[in-house]
Amino acid sequence: MSLRVLERLQAKFGDALLETHSQCGDDTAVVRADRWRDICEWLRNDPAMAFDMFVDMCGVDYPDREPRFEVVLHLYSVEKRHRIRLKTRVGDAEGAGAELESVTSFWAGADWFERETWDMMGVKFIGHPDLRRILMYPEFEGHPLRKDYPAQLTQPLIPYRTEEEAGLPLGKLAPFRDDEGMAFGRRTWTKDPEPS
Amino acid sequence: MGELTSPAGDNRIIALEGSESGFATTKLDALLGWARKYSLFMYPFVTACCGMEFMALSSSRFDISRFGAEAPRFSPRQSDLLWVVGTISQRQAPVLRRIYEQMMEPKYVLAFGTCASCGGFYDNYTTVPGIDKIIPTDVYVPGCPPRPEAVLDGLMLLQDKIARGDRTPGIVKPRQDPAEALVSIRKRDKSSDTHEGGSR
Repeated sequence: MSLRVLERLQAKFGDALLETHSQCGDDTAVVRADRWRDICEWLRNDPAMAFDMFVDMCGVDYPDREPRFEVVLHLYSVEKRHRIRLKTRVGDAEGAGAELESVTSFWAGADWFERETWDMMGVKFIGHPDLRRILMYPEFEGHPLRKDYPAQLTQPLIPYRTEEEAGLPLGKLAPFRDDEGMAFGRRTWTKDPEPS
Repeated sequence: MGELTSPAGDNRIIALEGSESGFATTKLDALLGWARKYSLFMYPFVTACCGMEFMALSSSRFDISRFGAEAPRFSPRQSDLLWVVGTISQRQAPVLRRIYEQMMEPKYVLAFGTCASCGGFYDNYTTVPGIDKIIPTDVYVPGCPPRPEAVLDGLMLLQDKIARGDRTPGIVKPRQDPAEALVSIRKRDKSSDTHEGGSR
């Protein structure tokens, strides 16, 4: 049923469609970033599409690719009972030019998701009414879910107590170990991994 | 009040220790410690899933009231014991510090669960790696979440420390090492296997 969505999308925005695939009933279309808003507007307002429900939006960092970031949008039509996953790619290797037009004017629910994508990935949404950080605090520098953000770098809001102040060692006490956390998450992504 | 008639009915007067005729001596510190350890007013700073275990602890099955520590005060100015229950994110750290600073002396802090004690597996940009990085902590209770028995152990450890006037941090030791139990089960299985093999 929903293959029709991809077909209609192909017919209407054939030049803006980079690739499509559908698997297990999930249809995905990757579109050019500069047509993002037009395509979203059409999906929302066209009577045959009628994607009236915004489901999810997130950013993905592929540090080896260019453009580097993918923004993924999930839509559902309550009326037509079909779904689509729309992706687009923005930003260069340094994360510059990671900008996309906001779709909050079609789906009010996109507001906080765009803020989250901005907060975690640093994808800027042009035309967003209030693009502030949503999870991290305003003093936070950088975007923590980018692969080049150091995994263990914290940015405390208040200075930690020093050991002189406390009068005792502040390392992890037994039975807690230094590697109490996720050791696998502590790897830092590097552009050219050393041959091993 | 210090006098009782003998149950034998021979009108002898029995003097009780601690009454006008007898007396008890104690050090003021010990007396204050004894008074404090059974009148802990708690301020629950509950931020995460450990809160569920905290509810179990406060309800009738485990009944923290037995230890004189059940009265919650939702104003830090009226409480003695700060329960930090759950993950403290970097964003919450200033709030926790402020709550601690508002409490009256003498004040005690109990880190409930691994996250509050050392950050747990949140070893990344979001989380304070242990509340002792921002406020002094008296007792750590490991566990994810800790069992109510472990928390009661922690509370009793804290009461012991209060009575002794000891402010060095303490950690609740596990009552039983699950890994050790596993080893003994394996040993038992192994021995029963060889036994069966022999009988065949």
